[in-house]
Amino acid sequence: MDPFVTLTAPAVPLDIANIDTDQLLPARFLKKPRSAGYGNFLFHDERKPGFPLDVPAYTGAAVLVTDRNFGCGSSREGAVYALVDAGFRCVVAPSFGDIFAANAAKNGLLTVTLPEDAVAALRRQLQETPGATVTVDLPAQTLTAPDGGALSFAIDPFKKECLIEGLDDVALTLRHQDAIDAFDRADVTARPWLVPDAR
Amino acid sequence: MTEQPRSLFEKVWDAHVVATRPDGQALLAIDRHFLHEGSFHAFGMIDHANRSVRRPELTFAVADHYVPSHSRAKPIADPEIANMVTMLEANAGRHGLRHFGLHDPAQGIVHVLAPEQGLTLPGLTIVCGDSHTSTHGAFGALAFGIGATEVSHVLATQTLWQRRPKTTRITVDGALGAHVTAKDLILAVIGAIGADGAAGHVIEYAGSAIRALSMEGRLTVCNMSIEAGARAGMIAPDDTTFAWIEGRHYAPKGEMFDRAVAHWRTLPSDPGAVFDREVTLDAAAIAPSVTWGTSPETAVPVTAAVPDPGAEADPVRAGQMRKMLDYMGLTPGMALEDVAIDRVFIGSCTNARLEDLRAAAAVLRGRRAVVPGLVVPGSVPVRQQAEAEGLDRVFIDAGLEWGQPGCSMCVGINGDLVPAGERCASTTNRNFPGRQGPNARTHLMSPAMAAAAAATGKLTDVRKLGAS
Repeated sequence: MDPFVTLTAPAVPLDIANIDTDQLLPARFLKKPRSAGYGNFLFHDERKPGFPLDVPAYTGAAVLVTDRNFGCGSSREGAVYALVDAGFRCVVAPSFGDIFAANAAKNGLLTVTLPEDAVAALRRQLQETPGATVTVDLPAQTLTAPDGGALSFAIDPFKKECLIEGLDDVALTLRHQDAIDAFDRADVTARPWLVPDAR
Repeated sequence: MTEQPRSLFEKVWDAHVVATRPDGQALLAIDRHFLHEGSFHAFGMIDHANRSVRRPELTFAVADHYVPSHSRAKPIADPEIANMVTMLEANAGRHGLRHFGLHDPAQGIVHVLAPEQGLTLPGLTIVCGDSHTSTHGAFGALAFGIGATEVSHVLATQTLWQRRPKTTRITVDGALGAHVTAKDLILAVIGAIGADGAAGHVIEYAGSAIRALSMEGRLTVCNMSIEAGARAGMIAPDDTTFAWIEGRHYAPKGEMFDRAVAHWRTLPSDPGAVFDREVTLDAAAIAPSVTWGTSPETAVPVTAAVPDPGAEADPVRAGQMRKMLDYMGLTPGMALEDVAIDRVFIGSCTNARLEDLRAAAAVLRGRRAVVPGLVVPGSVPVRQQAEAEGLDRVFIDAGLEWGQPGCSMCVGINGDLVPAGERCASTTNRNFPGRQGPNARTHLMSPAMAAAAAATGKLTDVRKLGAS
């Protein structure tokens, strides 16, 4: 995956809470191979006149600033593919669906969690100045708003490391092969019922 | 030194930590990995990296999302849908996995099939590329949904990196009223804490109302944990749990079952176990519930009225309420019981088990549905038992369709869609915009409530209608 270090890009505001992964990627597109390019499926059924992503002033946005519980619902990683393939590198919200946030990190999409008031203020700035840019500095864990105000955000250190280095975590896990093998050996006596006899 | 009291979650978590990083990330051993047709991305990833499946004997593939609800005698007509079902079979075959395909006598929705076949056991870690994997927590397992990259990681390593989540205990004491079910209980929980109320947390459901639930009811409750933001929900295993498991196909047998039960009895939370958050609800105060909006957190008693955004002080919130009401085609202040529906759907991993079908049939027995509807049992064994009890006749005589097991109209990707603009009384788990089809309107409710809506053609308090 592409590493994420710093980003300065236009941001688009979306004043909608509880945006679920069915809205991000309607289920009928789930059978498409990734090679089909998921960008055109993003918010497919929400694209009505005036939808912020289609307002010309916001074209080229790589940051989405939205409301609480973004990415709730289904575990479909395709919702992340749709954002990434449409050019998004960062989503800012007061809270995220846990599975979505995990999927995002695996695909180089940074999720920034900030307090509800701060995110609402950021959305207002972007509505008042369409096309304004924000700067995200992942090593410093700061987001700089269009008005120059800097906001600090927290992030899991493991997630941060994987994003900055673009790490494949299977390779990382395989460094613990001995521990996995030892666990499996001990488990044979600790929980002999684990592997079903029947086929 | 006395041991620190631990919760059910902590016991299961601690027993599965293979390695810990200094930053607190834990590598968890995974005991069961379930796959459905959506796993093709993950198989593509391990194939691309030339990796194999580490523990095929702990990995099970189930065709459920794309399978037809109608006749299975003929091949699936849509080539893209047929391809999803055959790709799963091919991937399972290539990696030597047990595959529950379209014509398997155990086939069903993975979250119905696995408990039914004895694959779901207390104390296990269970993952699946499906957010409703939380269902299996009803047995005291730590079970949660994962994305495609995590599926590929589990396929290759039988482990997963996780940060230890926080814990919420939701205690529901007292007795549920007549015609008030596990579905109403979990809708009330989500209505109380919100769709992100338990984000970052694992929920343990406790209290006398939870203890009194059957396994079917517990599965319904844990199923919708994700609708409250919790990746997993758990219920302590007890005699109800052990009685359900005993004798099932993949469950341990004989002396091995006894050893397993002895271990499982050590799993419930110790007295004095500490949770990050405690929530309590009074079971007697829970009414038959329905949702009015496009998030499960809009669950209210069916006796309520459609809320008024004008009464909401926060302009952003008020705008979001208006957007939901506009999508749902509802007017503020109207009684929910006056809302006319166009169809019903009874099914899904939330409510397609035998107890659910019995509850719906009890309402419909001797009545006619005044709107079209589809009843889809959760598995072949559920379907067969329902037919042995004559439940299929009740539904068919009422004018509803009786389908073949699968996810069907809950997610609509097998072609079972609610037409645009239509309003569906649904026993499913999500009322998101477009969930049951573009511009479809979904009201979530229990099987008995959906049956009552079928009989009257509008949202109905099943307590007023009664059941045989």
